Amino acid sequence: MVDLSVKLKDLELKNPVTTASGTFGFGEEFDDFIDLNKLGGIFVKGLTLHHREGNPYPRMAETPSGMLNAVGLQNKGIDYFISDIYPRIKHLDTEIIPNVNGSTVEDYIEVTEKINEIEGINAIELNISCPNVKEGGMAFGVSCPSAIAVTEAVRKAYDKTLIVKLSPNVTDITEIAKGVEDAGADAVSLVNTFLAMAIDAKTRKPILSTITGGLSGPAIKPIALRMVWQVYNAVRIPVSGMGGIMNATDAIEFMLAGASTIQVGTANFIDPTISIQIIDGIEQYCEENGFSAAMDLVGAMEV
Amino acid sequence: MKKIQDFNVKEYKWLNDSSYVIVLQSSYPIPEIKPGNFAEIAVPNASDVFLRRPISVLDVDRELNTLSFYIKVVGKGTKKLSELNIGEKVSIIYPLGNSFSINGIQNALIIGGGSGIAPFVLLGRKLQEEKVNVTFLFGARTKEEIVLTEEFSKYGEVISTTEDGSMGEKGLVTQHSVFKGDFPFDKIYTCGPDPMMKAVAKIALQKNIDCEASLENMMACGFGACLCCVTETTSGNLCVCTDGPVFNSKVLKW
Repeated sequence: MVDLSVKLKDLELKNPVTTASGTFGFGEEFDDFIDLNKLGGIFVKGLTLHHREGNPYPRMAETPSGMLNAVGLQNKGIDYFISDIYPRIKHLDTEIIPNVNGSTVEDYIEVTEKINEIEGINAIELNISCPNVKEGGMAFGVSCPSAIAVTEAVRKAYDKTLIVKLSPNVTDITEIAKGVEDAGADAVSLVNTFLAMAIDAKTRKPILSTITGGLSGPAIKPIALRMVWQVYNAVRIPVSGMGGIMNATDAIEFMLAGASTIQVGTANFIDPTISIQIIDGIEQYCEENGFSAAMDLVGAMEV
Repeated sequence: MKKIQDFNVKEYKWLNDSSYVIVLQSSYPIPEIKPGNFAEIAVPNASDVFLRRPISVLDVDRELNTLSFYIKVVGKGTKKLSELNIGEKVSIIYPLGNSFSINGIQNALIIGGGSGIAPFVLLGRKLQEEKVNVTFLFGARTKEEIVLTEEFSKYGEVISTTEDGSMGEKGLVTQHSVFKGDFPFDKIYTCGPDPMMKAVAKIALQKNIDCEASLENMMACGFGACLCCVTETTSGNLCVCTDGPVFNSKVLKW
C-alpha cells in the first residue's frame, strides 16, 4: 500500500494531484466525469474583489503542442464566490484552494481577508503571475520588490497556508522564489503561462483580441520542469509544480524535479478524467519502483 | 449527463470535394441528443492537433448506437478526421450545449450557411413531430455546396440561394424572395458564418419575429471550464459551450 499523502507546509493533501486554476472551473464542471473527492485539491478559477468580464473574444489560439489563452480573469467577484459558489462545493472531500488576484495590493488584501473568514478553506494561491490583465497580475510577479511587497501584505492578512504562484516571464525565477519565501510564503507554485502570441498570416491580424496571451500545454513542459528543479534547489519551502502535465509520467517527472504536489492544467480540457488517471499512475509507479510513499519521489532525481 | 466515450469509425459519406459525414458507433447506449447539441471530438494520432474539435451532432441512431457528424474540411483537425480507418477509435465528449426552443410555433424558417446546416436535421425532425411547418433556406457559393437536401426535404420544403446562381436563387440567403411580400413565419432558426447570422437576426428584428442563432466560437474544452468561447450578450460574456451554442438573437451584442 503506497502512502500517497503529501504536505505543502501545514496543508495536508490526500495525494499530490491537484487541478490548476483557470482550467477546472469550480470543480462542478467536471462532476459528470470524475469523483472530485478523489483529488488532492482543486485550485479554483481566479477570483478578484469585483466582478470582471474578462477580455473580448477571441481569447484562445491553438498552437503546436499547446494553446494560448487571454481570458483575463473573468469571474463574478469574491462575494459571489462566497455566497453562491462555495456553498455548492464545500461538501467535497478535497482541498478547495482559491486563487487570489488583484490590481492593487489593497485588492489582494481585501480578497484575502474575506477568504480568511471562510471555514473549510485551508489555503490560498496568491496569483502574481496572470499575463492577461492590464493592471496588477503579472506586474507584481516580474519584479522582486513588488512580489515581496504583495506577499508580505497578504501574509499579514492570512493565517493559513499561503501559496504564491510565480510567473516564468522573468530573468531568474529563483530570485523571485527566494524573495516570496523571505516575505512569508508557505509554498510556491510554478509555472503560470508564458507570455506569447499568434498571428494569422492570411489576415495579417493577431489571433487573440489582446494580441498577446499565455502559452500552456506540453510545449512549455521542459522549461517548466527546469524552473521547478531550479526553485526546488533554491528555497526551503515546498513547490507545487505545473506546466504541460498531460499524464502520470509527466507528473512524476515534476515530483522527481522537486515538486511536492502537481497541478494538472490544460490537459483537463482535452481529457476531463486525466487527473484521476494521474493519481492512479503515480500510485502504480511507486509500487513498481519500490517507493512506499509519494513524498519519497519529491526531488528524487538521481544525478 | 455529459460523457467521455470511445466510438469507432463506422463509415464515411463524402458529399462534395471538401465535406463529409462521419458515422461513429459505440458499444454503449447513447443518451438523448437534443437539436443543437454538439460533441468535442479528439482527433486520433495527430500530434499537430492539440485540442478536441467541437462539432454539431448531425444525426443519432439510438438502436445502432451511432452518431453522425457533418464536417467541412477547414483545417488540420477536420482534414485528419476525414482520413481515419474504418473501425478506428475516436474519443468524444458529449452531449454538450443547450438546444433550440420550439414552444408554440407554427411556421419555422431555418436558415443555414456553410457547415451551419448540421444541427438542422435533428431540429427539422423534432419540429415535424411537433406538427410545425418547416422551410429550410440554405445558402452557399455553388450548387455543389448545397448538400443533404434529400434528408432535409423529409421534414419540410428546401429552398436555396447560391452566389453563382447554379442552384436556387442567385445571391445571399438574406436576398431570397421568401423575405419579400407575404411572410408566414413565426420563428427563425439560423446557423452559419457570423455575418450571415447577423444579417438574418436583423431581418428577424425588423419583422418582429423570434430568432435563435447557433454560434460556432472557438473552444478549448466545450464544457464550461476554460471560458475561451465567450460571446458578448446583454448579460455579459457568456460561454457558447454551456450557455449556448443556441442564443436568442436579441441577447447577442454582435
